[in-house]
Amino acid sequence: MQTATVFSFHGGIHPPENKAQSLRLPLGRPSLPNELILPLGQHIGQSSRPLINVGDKVLKGQTIAINNGFLSSFLHAPTSGTIKAIEERPIAHPSGLSDVCIVITPDGEEQWDTLTPLQHWNTLSKTDVLAYLAEMGIVGMGGAGFPTQVKLQGAHKHPLTHFIINAAECEPYITADDMLIREKTIELVLGIEALQHLVEAEQVIIGIEDNKPTAIAELNKVLSDRLSTIQVAVVPTKYPSGGEKQLIQLITGKEVPSGQYPADIGILCQNVGTCVAVHDAIFLGKPLISRFTTLTGDVLKAPQNVEVLLGTPISHLLDYAENDSKKLKRLVMGGPMMGFTLDSANVPIVKTSNCVLAASKKELPQPAPEQACIRCGMCEQACPASLLPQQLLWFSKSQELEKAEHYNLFDCIECGACSYVCPSSIPLVQYYRHTKSSIREAREAAVKSDLAKQRFEARKARQDAEAAEKEAKRVARQKASANKTTDGKKVAPKVTPATAAAATATPAGDDSKKLKIDLAIAKTKLKKLQKQLLAAQESEHTEEIGTLQLQANEQEKAVALLEEQLAKVEEQLTKAVASAPAASPKAPASDELKKAKVDVALSGTKLKKTQKQLAESPDDAELQAKVAGFEKELADAQARLSKLAADAPASSTAPKAAAPKAAVSDELKKAKVDVALLGVKLKKTQKQLADAPDDSELQAKVAGFEKELGEAQARLATLTSQAPVAQPAATASAGDELKKLKIDTAIAKAAVKKVEKALKKAEDLNSPELDTIRQQLQDAQKRADDLEKALANPTTVASSAAPAASAPASDETARNAEHIKKQKIAAALAKAQINKLNKRLADSPQDADSIQLEITAAKQKQQDAEAQLTQLQAQLTPSQDNTQENR
Amino acid sequence: MLTVLIAVGILLVLSLIFGAILGYANVRFHVEGDPIVDQIDAILPQTQCGQCGHPGCRPYAEAISNGEAINHCPPGGQATIQALADLLDVEAIPLDGDHGTETAKRVAVIREDECIGCTKCIQACPVDAILGAAKQMHTVIADECTGCDLCVEPCPVDCIDMVEVGVTSRTWSWDKPQGIAAQPGSIIATDRQAEVVH
Repeated sequence: MQTATVFSFHGGIHPPENKAQSLRLPLGRPSLPNELILPLGQHIGQSSRPLINVGDKVLKGQTIAINNGFLSSFLHAPTSGTIKAIEERPIAHPSGLSDVCIVITPDGEEQWDTLTPLQHWNTLSKTDVLAYLAEMGIVGMGGAGFPTQVKLQGAHKHPLTHFIINAAECEPYITADDMLIREKTIELVLGIEALQHLVEAEQVIIGIEDNKPTAIAELNKVLSDRLSTIQVAVVPTKYPSGGEKQLIQLITGKEVPSGQYPADIGILCQNVGTCVAVHDAIFLGKPLISRFTTLTGDVLKAPQNVEVLLGTPISHLLDYAENDSKKLKRLVMGGPMMGFTLDSANVPIVKTSNCVLAASKKELPQPAPEQACIRCGMCEQACPASLLPQQLLWFSKSQELEKAEHYNLFDCIECGACSYVCPSSIPLVQYYRHTKSSIREAREAAVKSDLAKQRFEARKARQDAEAAEKEAKRVARQKASANKTTDGKKVAPKVTPATAAAATATPAGDDSKKLKIDLAIAKTKLKKLQKQLLAAQESEHTEEIGTLQLQANEQEKAVALLEEQLAKVEEQLTKAVASAPAASPKAPASDELKKAKVDVALSGTKLKKTQKQLAESPDDAELQAKVAGFEKELADAQARLSKLAADAPASSTAPKAAAPKAAVSDELKKAKVDVALLGVKLKKTQKQLADAPDDSELQAKVAGFEKELGEAQARLATLTSQAPVAQPAATASAGDELKKLKIDTAIAKAAVKKVEKALKKAEDLNSPELDTIRQQLQDAQKRADDLEKALANPTTVASSAAPAASAPASDETARNAEHIKKQKIAAALAKAQINKLNKRLADSPQDADSIQLEITAAKQKQQDAEAQLTQLQAQLTPSQDNTQENR
Repeated sequence: MLTVLIAVGILLVLSLIFGAILGYANVRFHVEGDPIVDQIDAILPQTQCGQCGHPGCRPYAEAISNGEAINHCPPGGQATIQALADLLDVEAIPLDGDHGTETAKRVAVIREDECIGCTKCIQACPVDAILGAAKQMHTVIADECTGCDLCVEPCPVDCIDMVEVGVTSRTWSWDKPQGIAAQPGSIIATDRQAEVVH
């Protein structure tokens, strides 16, 4: 054991220590509370991820949450019990906000999970030991809760000159570290030795304030017993010598440069609590589930240090320390200098809670009202970080974030020394904290806006590329179609008339589509020009009017030309379609097929009859001849049938495509009946056989029947496998219809809502269009009701939709449905136009007349569209009836 | 006379030399684009919401550089106006109410049960923050959403809500102290003494 030389740091204050109160009683161990509340974010960095579910049983020391990323930590059950909830609970945080916590109901048995100390820790690789410490949930217990393994990893960047153990505990009232050193001296030293093995620093120094003579004596005794090289540096009592950077300066004389970490200058600092936790983890296998905490303040009759399980509610501890709740004015987590006020006593102790200060009004009076700064400079004298608190105050007050940053605001350790000495009681630290968070927010906002900009630009680039591609495709198509029409004319004479008609029909259809699009574009251009013209006329720009008029005329001509072309193409198209039906003359073939089938069936029955007769009188030669003739006939008929059947699929694709489902289902039925019949026959014969077991003929029959039955069943199986393809089509389309109806309902509802909103606005403005809007509202509601009604009895929809989908003559219905859809869209568009116009009307009452005219026109359009719609729907119903009849 | 001519001649030569240097520098160090637009664009909040009347933040930045008022950006609020005023050396004016009011940070949230999968909001989103496909439920990536409101209007079933981003214990920040103005009548230390006594 050696004594190290001690340097000094700038500033610092000497507030009343108030440490004696909590050292009068020995270390306490409070009983188990009713529940333990474990926040998932007890450390700096990402919150842990829970591993358990509500209702699970956990053992003491069992891992209940694991790390969620690099800067995160594990969490363990502090006692055995049941997981009561994983929910938001108020936590110890200056904001008083809630966070997600795991709540455990203890079972009182304190049953430990199997503890496995880390064997051969001094021969294991350092990475393994660090990973083990992470799994034990060890974080810095001095205040910030920085995950220890991350800090130790960071220390490997540079060779360490100093490994400093922080036992200064400079803040008034707090004695938890003092008590920890007294109670667990040997554990502390073993923990330090383990850590020193990991970091291999040149010197290991324990920094401790001279107001802890008992602890210093104990430490010296243990260290000299062990002939340890660990030094003890006794530093003078001055707040804030326990700050990491201040203690480093006290012991090494070096200052940590602004914006850097101690590891950057080859120094590592660890709190004594962390060292003991490392000892427990490595030598006992115990994870971090408890800590030393000081319970102090005038309000407590038995102020003391306690070893408390993490997650214990503070209210439980206050009861344990005999709290006089009437006198309690302020409850502070941490010390009086750097702690924060708690709104509620129901928050839990976490890994970083070193003190609970329950103060009376006299002990911690309300801060005096802020006065103007008198520029006395005392704050500068007190600042341990050698900052200029006054300057920082001005910049904070005027929100000059850049200047505050330039004056090294982020080197402020928020120790509160400046506020303590300020004669004007200015809450300087609160200003700095606010400014720091403003700067952080601004940085985050800058990052976010950069990201948004990137995404916006990427989207724009993508859209431009898509547009260019579309344009290129359009040009290519235009060229291709021009080639095609000429090709079609050349090729036409070589092919059969039917296919030629079809071939010309498709390009003609394409042409008409393209022409239509061109026409629409030309029309919109014309409209725009007309609008511009109107505007120009209104504002009397004579020269513009001339050019615009010219343009408009040209555009009109172009429109007329396009319309003409379109009419021509459509005429061509109808011609082509009219000639197309000649391509499918397949009906006679199928008729023949039917006839052949009937023939086969007839000969089959005849043959059977004759065979029966023959069975009755087996010696009749005439009958035998008949049978032979019939058999021949049957064979002929079957041959003819098979030939026809082979022809049929080759030539009659159209009818087969139209009605394959019906045929399949018919066949399926037949096959089922066959199977059933054969089954009955087989049974009968078997019965007969049972009566006369020796009859060889019967046995043969049974065998034959069995064979037939097998065949029939095989056929049935293949058919059923085909059938499902046909049936779901109908149900699926019904489902689609249902979905569409639902969507329509939703849209109608939204429309009702929108109109209601508009109505309310109009009412507020007392506007004249109230009646029209009301009318609209009623209409919209009616529509919504209708749709809902339709939705309510989906069976009717489904049943009406099913035939439409599966019937062979569904072409017409489909076309009608398309028409209806188009009309619906037209109606919707007209309505939207009306709405828009209404809006405009509201905006500009002076143009009322012209807009009113437009509205009536639009309404007319809408009515037309709706009339057409109803007509089409009326058409649709009879056609649906027809299809049902057809079936 | 000769001295005058020599002086004029020297000045002429010097002016030619410097003119050549300036001309070369103008070509050599030519700056593409307008750097002031980039600086303005960097200050704007990049919500791409169009509340200023321009299709995105960059077009507004260009408009500002061409003399448009700097107070047309509600998402940026007074802070942005202040920053623009500092950059352009003009007076900071209050936000123009015609373009909207400054609101707390919000994100769009789709009520997913009601979404019919129309993809209209996806097309409206300027930063591709909405995921989904036709007839599939859509959802907003909250981290990418700039809260621009542009997806709310196109929704045919009104299932998009703008929800204020709540404060969690991780995003919480300290309040600014109220300052001296909070206690009128206590300007000097003796005022405080009086208050402490009673």
